[in-house]
Amino acid sequence: MILLVNFSSPFLRSPRAPVITEGMSSSEVLAGEAEGNGGIMGQQKNLEGYVGFANLPNQVYRKSVKRGFEFTLMVVGESGLGKSTLINSLFLTDLYSPDYPGPSHRIKKTVQVEQSQVLIKEGGVHLLLTIVDTPGFGDAVDNSNCWQPVTDYIDNKFEDFLNSESRVNRRLMPDSRVHCCLYFIAPSGHGLKPLDIEFMKRLHEKVNVIPLIAKADTMTPEECLQFKKQIMKEIHEHKIKIYDFPETDNEEEMKMIRKIKDRLPLAVVGSNTIIEVNGKRVRGRQYPWGVAEVENGDHCDFTILRNMLIRTHMQDLKDVTNNVHYENYRSRKLAAVTYNGVDNNKNKSQLTKPDTPDGMSPLAQMEEERREHVAKMKKMEQEMEQVFDMKVKEKIQKLQDSEAELQKRHEQMKKNLQAQYKELEEKRRQFEEEVNTWETHQRILEQQKLELNRTIDKGKKKKIF
Amino acid sequence: LSSGSEVSLSHSNMSESAKPHHPSPQGKGEKSHGGDFSYVGIDAILEQMRRKAMKQGFELNLMVVGQSGLGKSTLMNTLFKSKVSRNKSVQSNPEERIPKTVEIKSISHDIEEKGVRMKLTVIDTPGFGDQINNENCWQPIMKFINDQYEAYLQEEININRKKRIPDSRVHCCIYFIPPTGHCLRPLDVEFMRRLSKVVNIVPVIAKADTLTLEERDSFKQTIREELRANGIDVYPQKEFDEDAEDRMINDKIREMIPFAVVGSDQEYQVNGKRLLGRKTKWGTIEVENIAHCEFAYLRDLLIRTHMQNIKDITGSIHYETYRVRRLNESNGHLESLLGSLPVKRATVFW
Repeated sequence: MILLVNFSSPFLRSPRAPVITEGMSSSEVLAGEAEGNGGIMGQQKNLEGYVGFANLPNQVYRKSVKRGFEFTLMVVGESGLGKSTLINSLFLTDLYSPDYPGPSHRIKKTVQVEQSQVLIKEGGVHLLLTIVDTPGFGDAVDNSNCWQPVTDYIDNKFEDFLNSESRVNRRLMPDSRVHCCLYFIAPSGHGLKPLDIEFMKRLHEKVNVIPLIAKADTMTPEECLQFKKQIMKEIHEHKIKIYDFPETDNEEEMKMIRKIKDRLPLAVVGSNTIIEVNGKRVRGRQYPWGVAEVENGDHCDFTILRNMLIRTHMQDLKDVTNNVHYENYRSRKLAAVTYNGVDNNKNKSQLTKPDTPDGMSPLAQMEEERREHVAKMKKMEQEMEQVFDMKVKEKIQKLQDSEAELQKRHEQMKKNLQAQYKELEEKRRQFEEEVNTWETHQRILEQQKLELNRTIDKGKKKKIF
Repeated sequence: LSSGSEVSLSHSNMSESAKPHHPSPQGKGEKSHGGDFSYVGIDAILEQMRRKAMKQGFELNLMVVGQSGLGKSTLMNTLFKSKVSRNKSVQSNPEERIPKTVEIKSISHDIEEKGVRMKLTVIDTPGFGDQINNENCWQPIMKFINDQYEAYLQEEININRKKRIPDSRVHCCIYFIPPTGHCLRPLDVEFMRRLSKVVNIVPVIAKADTLTLEERDSFKQTIREELRANGIDVYPQKEFDEDAEDRMINDKIREMIPFAVVGSDQEYQVNGKRLLGRKTKWGTIEVENIAHCEFAYLRDLLIRTHMQNIKDITGSIHYETYRVRRLNESNGHLESLLGSLPVKRATVFW
């Protein structure tokens, strides 16, 4: 309650000085002062003399100008909806020129994500603009999962940023995250197509989605209003969160923002050809029945889009991407890793990197690693056992085979032997037979000899007598 | 009474056209019957045919195919200057939900002009090409067309036939190409390739007020090249040109297809006249103005000059192809019934 008044300091006046707070009467002011200055934060002080921190924005400004700005814009839509033309019109450059035709001039078989960069300088300010195009989106007969390459691209960019943020040396952090996605809706006049709804549902949590009605000169003003109402209704029905303009305290800005919100989704017409209308040179499209001007607020919402995207809300888009979408991605990614060791991101090779992201307790990580190690060992053990089993089986099989073979050979040889025996027997028999016949033959001969001898003897005997 | 005078008026027209065959020195526009000896009266058969046609009336079955939101119903209404296509309710839910599969909705109207009655059937195909996966979305349509041929065939091979078989065959299919300005999409190519073999296809560029004249010309060029490259024969087919005169007329048409059309059923005041058109902040597009869009050419082709030719080709070529195929399939069963029916029928004049 003691008022500390430092008269020596030239910057603090006595608290009797009027406090500039809106809506407070002077008596309240004095009462507030009398209570004490315990809470200096809530009170504003009017300063005598010039301090100079009003210069801070200028310093920030100068630094940013030196550093330059980066902005990544993604355009998605079926081919032929005027995406390339609109980009050229927005940034007044020929990003896609006749010598370097845009992807829309060739029909792609699958959805691809292509990126082109251009450095734009205006008033000493550098802008490194990256345009991400998605040729082939929605063009095939079967368009299921045609949003997959797009979501993968966005996630990859987030991952790159996450890794560069977690590095030890963080001097250079290029921000290549997608800050804004312009989704082009075909001007059918009826409502959103199933493809539109599917795509926006999958992307509204990853990136700022701004739906646009392409080729808006197809529709009369009544049709356009009807179409816009229908689209907004469907967006609310399906709970799609498109980019929301931030609330500001400034009344005028709020009015402007409310006007923009009424005209969502913006119906745009793109053109870079300059035509003369009533002596004025405007950008527009020449028809036999008139000229549709691109920058005329009555004709289409192009100026609103350009102002919003570039002049007023570019920084906000980057902030929302950084604070909301990127943080969502980050918390999802990290939560999945530290959740009970069950790693949902096994297929992403980020965990094997040596630098661990912040916020993961080392103990849990060690547990994790130990468990991994044990599991690995078990697996190796199992594998080795399997291999061993297999080898044993093989060996047994081989032995059995050779045994069978030997057996066979044994049989074979036995048979051979028997056959030889038989042969021998046969020969012996034959021999015996021959011997027998020879003997009988001999006996006969003997007998014959005896006979002969007897007869000779008889003869001899007769002679003697 | 009025019909009587119209009849006689047309009779004089007929005799004018019959002039080259008729050597009699009758003055132009005279309607004498019996004043000349060398006048036989063969040309009066045209009059008899005409009277019969007026009594019987004509039938025309048009099918419209294209993604939702391309202005098919509006174009039909503009073509026939009345609300002939499917009803779009005007209440708080004006846009129908996109159906999950391709449906076939057929609506018939009897319209009459100057005594000529026509039964017009518009066959709509909501849901075509609207899904995420459009594989085989042409199958319900092909099945429908073949079913109509089948029904006609069944009536034809009946033992006791009706005197006049109701013709529900699809005479012409109008295919709506979205005005991307670049080239045909794979879905368009697939569909037209398959259907040009069973029905007459007339491709049109829908919502042509999106394209400037240069873009329109280059788009048409690209489309024609792609059609040629894929071997798609759209109406009028080159192979069915009967003589040199036909070929000349059809060549002129072939240089203009696909027609860039704009449809509208609202009238606006332009230069003191009330015309059908679309009013935008930068100008009014007149539907029937040839400088603005080619709706007039399409209408002439479909209704004023080539309607009969379309029906002929459907009857004598597409239907016959179907018939031959069907009969060959079930040759054992049907041959006994058919016996001596000739394979190609003489073209009846309607």
